[in-house]
Amino acid sequence: MKPKKEGLFSKKNRSLLIDPMNANNPITVQVLGICSALAITVKLKPAIVMGLSVIVVTALANVITSLMRNMIPNRIRIIVQLVVVASLVILVDQVLKAYVYDVSKQLSVFVGLIITNCIIMGRIEAFSLGNTPWKSFLDGLGNGAAYGGILIIVAFFRELLGNGTLYDYPVVEWMGLYDLGYKNNGMMLLPPMALIVVALIIWVQRAKTPSLIEKD
Amino acid sequence: MNINSNKYTYIFAVVMVVLVAALLSIAATSLKPLQDKNVELEKKSDILASIGIKGENSDSLFALYIKEQLVIQDGQVVESAISPFDIDMAKAVAMSAATREVPLYKAEVGDETFYVIPLRGKGLWGPIWGFFALKGDGNTILGATFGHSKETPGLGAEIATPIFQDQFPGKVLFTDQYMGIEVRKGNASGDQQVDGISGGTITSVGVQSMISDCLAPYKAYLKSISSESARPEMTETLDSTLITASI
Repeated sequence: MKPKKEGLFSKKNRSLLIDPMNANNPITVQVLGICSALAITVKLKPAIVMGLSVIVVTALANVITSLMRNMIPNRIRIIVQLVVVASLVILVDQVLKAYVYDVSKQLSVFVGLIITNCIIMGRIEAFSLGNTPWKSFLDGLGNGAAYGGILIIVAFFRELLGNGTLYDYPVVEWMGLYDLGYKNNGMMLLPPMALIVVALIIWVQRAKTPSLIEKD
Repeated sequence: MNINSNKYTYIFAVVMVVLVAALLSIAATSLKPLQDKNVELEKKSDILASIGIKGENSDSLFALYIKEQLVIQDGQVVESAISPFDIDMAKAVAMSAATREVPLYKAEVGDETFYVIPLRGKGLWGPIWGFFALKGDGNTILGATFGHSKETPGLGAEIATPIFQDQFPGKVLFTDQYMGIEVRKGNASGDQQVDGISGGTITSVGVQSMISDCLAPYKAYLKSISSESARPEMTETLDSTLITASI
């Protein structure tokens, strides 16, 4: 036990929550979870649903593994993590199917992607196996939110430029740009453009955050 | 206790697997009735949507408007052990068009009769499905709805949007003989043509083959309706073979 009790939102704990948003972002700095960032950022709606579900799953999986961290045999820890994540995702999916069927239809395709999301396994392995449940919860929340944030930024540009809509609302038509000869760029809907948008975000982030720039 | 010993590792793994399996099966079994109800309600609201009826309580609306449910096999109304609503279209379309038993929903809205035909086929990434609603003449399309499980958002998935579906109403299936509906790449202008989705060619082609495949068992039946409706003095003679709704 620790000699001094640490506050729930001490500076250290707050940084667990906030660091992933910028200096330690799972997508743009650690370059994890790229596969799902490609697949579901064509439109805002699935990106938001995916972001929310990843937040729930990372936070819960982190807490559960952190509670078990002193019981898990070292040699099968990866399998244990996988079982925790997979059963959480199945459980969440079953509950959604029963109570909020519409949301579950949006999500169902991406359930597999949540299980294989490297961020979730990465956080469990790197953080929650060695930290207390509350810290792990904050860490999961922060990383999930950071992931969701990037997803939403990418999806914003892809849906706006590729489809002329935002959250299925036809903004470009509303602004009357089509009458002036504007055309949607269908290329934005193709997967490689997600990589290019992520790369642009990384560029902007590095330009603004000197600590991320390598010395040489 | 040494948590890295072989014995502990085995016990931990076994206990964990049994616990997780129990938890998941309890969740799955206890939530199953709710999930089945959701699927049933969705199917009912899809059928209703194809004849232009939308509402909160699809259960009561379905009972109100869908007056008869028939089983069709190779153009004939047949008696079947399974109720029309419970026919699994995925299994039905795997059989040849002449042998499969497929449902036909007969709706009455006001004094008009509509026929609803379920569709099921293959898109690019997975199954696609839909419902065709025909007017009382068994020929003119009243409405069409499509669904999919994993077509590409913004491309193939557009078949589920009004932009694509709104092209169907008013098209006809028969002129002199059965023509079906063609999903074209550009220049869709005829009575039997609709415009496909740019960038969603494989899904569009899938929609076309789904329509031609799924309408095949109904051809003779629809043909008889349309010739009957052309001669209004003839009365409906199929009443004895109708199977009433059993839901």
